[in-house]
Amino acid sequence: MLNYALRRIFMACLLALFVSFLTYALIFTAGDPAAAIAGSASTAADAENIRQIYGFDDPLIVQYLRWVGNVLQGDLGNSLYFRQPVSEIILSRFAVTAQVGIFALIFAMLIAVPLGVAAGRWPNSLIDRGALFIAVVGQAVPSFWFALLLIIVFSITFPILPSSGLGTWRHYVLPVLVLGYFSMPAIMRLTRSGMISALETDYIRTARAMGLSERRVLFDYALRNAALPLISLSSAQFGFMLAGSVVVESVFAIPGAGRLAWESIGRADLPTVQALVLCFSLFYVLLTLLADMLNAALDPRMRMK
Amino acid sequence: MQMKWISSLLAVTAVATPAFADKASNSFNGAFGNDVAMLDNYMATGREELVLARLLYDGLVSKNHETGEFVPELASSYEMVSDTEIDFVIRDGVKFHNGDTLTADDVVYTLNTVSKPEYGARYQIAVNWIEKAEKLEDNTVRLTMKEPYPMALEMLAGNVPIYPAKYYQEVGPEGMSVKPVGTGPYQLVSQTPGAEFTFEKFDDYYSGGQKANAQIETLNFRILPEQNTQYAELLSGGLDWIWRVPEDDVGRLDSQPGVKVESAPVMRFAYLAMNPQRPDTPLADPRVRQAINHAVNKTAIRDALVGANYALIDTACNPLQYGCTTDVTAYEYDPEKARALLEEAGYGDGFDISLVMSDASAQTQAQAIAADLGKVGINLEVNMLTYAAASDQWRNNQRDMEFTNWGSYGIGDVGMSVAGFFSGTGDDVAQDPDVIKLVTEATSIVDQERRAELYAEALKLIAERAYWVPLWTFAMNTAMAEDLSLSVSPDEFVPFWDATWN
Repeated sequence: MLNYALRRIFMACLLALFVSFLTYALIFTAGDPAAAIAGSASTAADAENIRQIYGFDDPLIVQYLRWVGNVLQGDLGNSLYFRQPVSEIILSRFAVTAQVGIFALIFAMLIAVPLGVAAGRWPNSLIDRGALFIAVVGQAVPSFWFALLLIIVFSITFPILPSSGLGTWRHYVLPVLVLGYFSMPAIMRLTRSGMISALETDYIRTARAMGLSERRVLFDYALRNAALPLISLSSAQFGFMLAGSVVVESVFAIPGAGRLAWESIGRADLPTVQALVLCFSLFYVLLTLLADMLNAALDPRMRMK
Repeated sequence: MQMKWISSLLAVTAVATPAFADKASNSFNGAFGNDVAMLDNYMATGREELVLARLLYDGLVSKNHETGEFVPELASSYEMVSDTEIDFVIRDGVKFHNGDTLTADDVVYTLNTVSKPEYGARYQIAVNWIEKAEKLEDNTVRLTMKEPYPMALEMLAGNVPIYPAKYYQEVGPEGMSVKPVGTGPYQLVSQTPGAEFTFEKFDDYYSGGQKANAQIETLNFRILPEQNTQYAELLSGGLDWIWRVPEDDVGRLDSQPGVKVESAPVMRFAYLAMNPQRPDTPLADPRVRQAINHAVNKTAIRDALVGANYALIDTACNPLQYGCTTDVTAYEYDPEKARALLEEAGYGDGFDISLVMSDASAQTQAQAIAADLGKVGINLEVNMLTYAAASDQWRNNQRDMEFTNWGSYGIGDVGMSVAGFFSGTGDDVAQDPDVIKLVTEATSIVDQERRAELYAEALKLIAERAYWVPLWTFAMNTAMAEDLSLSVSPDEFVPFWDATWN
């Protein structure tokens, strides 16, 4: 297991490095980074001056290795846009995104798992249909539209929740609702199908025959088995929430990492983009690892391998 | 993401609460859609950043937009000693936000530091005319220019703020981003880069400058990238002021109780530039460029897609600017004439050309322009790209036309627009030797009348040879709480120190 984990971590690091080089190269193909940094009111001479200062004329690989060299010395550099250490900016942004993401994931699980269990226990019942409806709507409604709808209802028509920023717990309600709702359908559908197949197995029949309570059968026996793919899915969903929360972060004006990544690409803030890509990839690696560990904890067979 | 949901749904759900709370506490909450990273005036590139930076810093002089005169700010007086030298007497008793007193040394240090190319001031044009600054007596500084620079005072008014020498040497540019210190009417009390900036009135601010007597105690600015969220906050009382309100939303916002919308003309103008230098381009023929000028129905596009308070222009500058003559060849909308000119130039069967742009909000305008050109047989391909990609393609002659706008750094002088685009530099695609000669001469003399004559001549040539299709000047729409009084200056800067609650 340890060997397996180490090999996977090594492969993941190589992948992260490859992704980071690709990002570096893509920023250069996406236009003149010097012009992006100089801003839309700059002259050709301004862009030229910036090219000189940051060494954008050097071969790409030289620039990239220069960056790798600094990173290996623990220096992520200064943001070309914020002109402050990238590490500080990213840390605070990541904290915000992770916070919202965790709440959203918890919210999604709290609703989706019980609904999924119920839908799996009584397939094609009213509750299954209702859950299906919620799932379809969740997948079909664009999150920016859903977010704006919530703002209209809860911030304007009935002004009970703030529509932007992050100050109090009330600020978290709408973004968590939107972000969580979006990942609900997948979790629910997977729980449902997992439950259906688990409930058809022999051990469930045995458990029932032994006269165990329905609650124990459902949650201790069936759900525990149905949960295995759920954990992998949730970790992927969480990763998506971190990187893909651009829309929610824009609508609710949350200073998170997703929006930072999106904007940094546009302004060719290379140190920030690179550091973000590195962090995102490492985070994914960590999440996958965590999911594997959790699966192993839940399933003794995986521990044996 | 710029959907119109909120504004259209408002019509049925409007329950607005104006910003009474802010009025009562004499505070102000504003928002910007564009990002604000940090308030180092020489490193910032966004207009919003520069707008906020003016709260923190002062220049040697400032411009009175009503009289057009330059009035003393950090300098209590100034004198043009020669064409290349100005002497400034530094005002007594001016304090920086950290308690230091402004001295001639701060002025000398700032000017000498920021004007070096290796310092990397983002807009070189603001400082690269400065040769050196030196202290003459205790409180007098002589600024020497590399060559006569007619817009020296324009630049010094706002674009060349004075930094605290001692503090800056201690903390460096990074420290200045984290905790900026200036002499301005407001000091920064907290910032979350890219999210929120809070200012407090600086009690030791000197009197005598245009920014004195600020009224509001606390100014808070947030970055709200989504326009609809801005509207929601404005209507629910979370915000008192927003700007860059698109014309489409003006009516709907204005009809909400407790909210008013104001519009002010600004220096920015929109145009289509044509590149006659691109290999094999039909645009090398002036008749083709004239035909395009005749083919674009500016009035219809302006009325339908831009806004009635945007003024149409025929000249390649904003008439608010000094030296911007409007007495130039005007091309009325006439597709027949356009077709005839194309026929004459040998392009009767039409041709394909491409356009590049980076302002996403103007895409429908570009499509309308393409449709107009289609009517005379020109097939225009519109490429909407990021600024980095668009400027790259345009500067490297990969596109025939560019649809863009220019704010002239808020400077009311054609030297900041015509000279930038027609003096043979990397931004000049026309490369017309006659125009270059006129403009180059105009940039290096200080005789204002002669400059105006030279620019007028250049602008006439530019119009006659149809290097651009000048389109319209901009108006800035702001939406704010009904009781707030605050207007945008013609230079597209916002004097928040003049804001008051009525």
